[in-house]
Amino acid sequence: MSERIDAVLARRGEIMVRALGMDYAEFERSPIAFDYDAMMAAHGFSLADIVEIQRKAGVGNTPLLELRNLTRLVRSYSEPGKGARIFVKDEAANMAGSFKDRRASMSIHVAKLKGYEGVIAATSGNYGAAVSSQAARNGLNCIICQEAFDSRHIGQPEIVEKSRICEAFGAEVIQMTVGPELFFHMLELLDETGYFAASLYSSFGVSGIETLGAEIAEEMRALTGAPPTAVVVTHAGGGNTTGTARGLKRTGATETQIVSASVDLSGLHMASDSDFNRKSFTTGHTGFGVPFATWPDRADVPRNAARALRYMDRYLTVTQGEVFYVTEAMSKLEGLERGPSGNTAMTAALSLARDLPTDATVVVQETEYTGAGKHHWAQLNFAREMGVEVRLGDPKENKPGSAIVIPERPEQIRAVDFDLAHMRHSYVRNVLKAAGEGYAPTPDDIAFLAADTNSDPAVVEATVAELRKA
Amino acid sequence: MVSHDRCRIDDWVEVERVLLEPSERAANLPADTAGQPLLVWVKGYARAEAVLGEELTVKTMTGREVSGRLSAVNPGYFHTFGEPIPELVHVGRDLRRRLATVESGEGGEPR
Repeated sequence: MSERIDAVLARRGEIMVRALGMDYAEFERSPIAFDYDAMMAAHGFSLADIVEIQRKAGVGNTPLLELRNLTRLVRSYSEPGKGARIFVKDEAANMAGSFKDRRASMSIHVAKLKGYEGVIAATSGNYGAAVSSQAARNGLNCIICQEAFDSRHIGQPEIVEKSRICEAFGAEVIQMTVGPELFFHMLELLDETGYFAASLYSSFGVSGIETLGAEIAEEMRALTGAPPTAVVVTHAGGGNTTGTARGLKRTGATETQIVSASVDLSGLHMASDSDFNRKSFTTGHTGFGVPFATWPDRADVPRNAARALRYMDRYLTVTQGEVFYVTEAMSKLEGLERGPSGNTAMTAALSLARDLPTDATVVVQETEYTGAGKHHWAQLNFAREMGVEVRLGDPKENKPGSAIVIPERPEQIRAVDFDLAHMRHSYVRNVLKAAGEGYAPTPDDIAFLAADTNSDPAVVEATVAELRKA
Repeated sequence: MVSHDRCRIDDWVEVERVLLEPSERAANLPADTAGQPLLVWVKGYARAEAVLGEELTVKTMTGREVSGRLSAVNPGYFHTFGEPIPELVHVGRDLRRRLATVESGEGGEPR
């Protein structure tokens, strides 16, 4: 590895303490355990405070819509008595077009409060638009680092659009070719500018999503008399699952099932220059969803506030073709043109609703803005240009990077359960590896790992014993 | 009229630079990525006149000075929706037709 990267990474801790205005060292308990609840509470904002900050920022209170036609469609092929009511929280109605405004509003609020002159975030997603928009409203400078192009300077239309919208809000956009060194460059820029790290994974940002879970619980109570049976969350880095689940729990919706959903991109390498433009999805996919759930502390902060395994009850995967089909169906049946990546949860929800009774309720907790480039037609036309086959057929034949198979009928949409036990096992393996060879987990570590994977200490202990023997 | 092959001082332009040569890149990259330099494009206001490909310093929106080769003058956005997708054009018609044939009340109409 280059000396230049090493030199910057060696100063990572020091750079991040200054860039976040908080020292994570105070939460550490061992090479494995840290005090998650204390870290999440350290900013001192109550849920009511966050609601107020977001109200002033023009964020939140988005419409909750019942999707009656999609519900009728699902019931048309469900077994008798099955077919849950489907709802969606229209997060595209936020200022910069997605739920990421909730995250950004808190990061920018903290940056402004602490007196930073500007903010930096590394993201090719909607979060860049959200940070750029909130920074503009608060008179802060903003730099967004994006993995935007392959080595031929070709980019997915969805990402090109995200560069445009950040620049529209006055951000300096650093467009880069493929590679994890994006984070090294972000550190260099934080060091150079002294700006605030508006990380997706800080406790500020993730706390900002709790209002989304809280709004869903309250609005569903008002509308149906009870919190939803299930909330389906498009899952990538884990913040969406974590924040939404925490917000639901804070408002007493403890029985609501948290279902995370990602597009299956198995077989594609996230750091590959040639795979980069064959993904057809920019986020909400397993390429982020699995590694971040099984090793959250890979993030750009010392401890990731987004810890999806703590909160997910199920993890469903859907295919690329299924999501594009559902995106088209949403437009035509519900008059709701959104996505496409954000419709991953919608696709899983159609499958989930089919198996639930008619009196059950399923809430898809986000939509995202759509427009030129950021649109399922643009993504599919681009896929064809990149040599990916697009055809009708059985979505089970979908093969990421080589064939996008569009369902012929809605009955063919079937989400697949990802094995959570397997993910918990991977998580424990990654934690032990990071703790260093020979480190023996203490009872406190076991308790932490059980909480962090939403599982039983005995199961964790057995996993640890098995892995240490191997 | 904007010239696209040369810029004047204060024009809105884009510069390209090599951030890391292949030999400087992170370890454990897939071969197709490791063999490529890591490139960066940044937009800003030109500090001097230049023609495409010439070294130039720009002042970005945050006031940083960044140098690189002039890669575009007044860079635009040309992404679009493109043509309808033949595999999707029937979805709306077929699903509306299907809902129209579902008898009212069958399977429990949503409230």
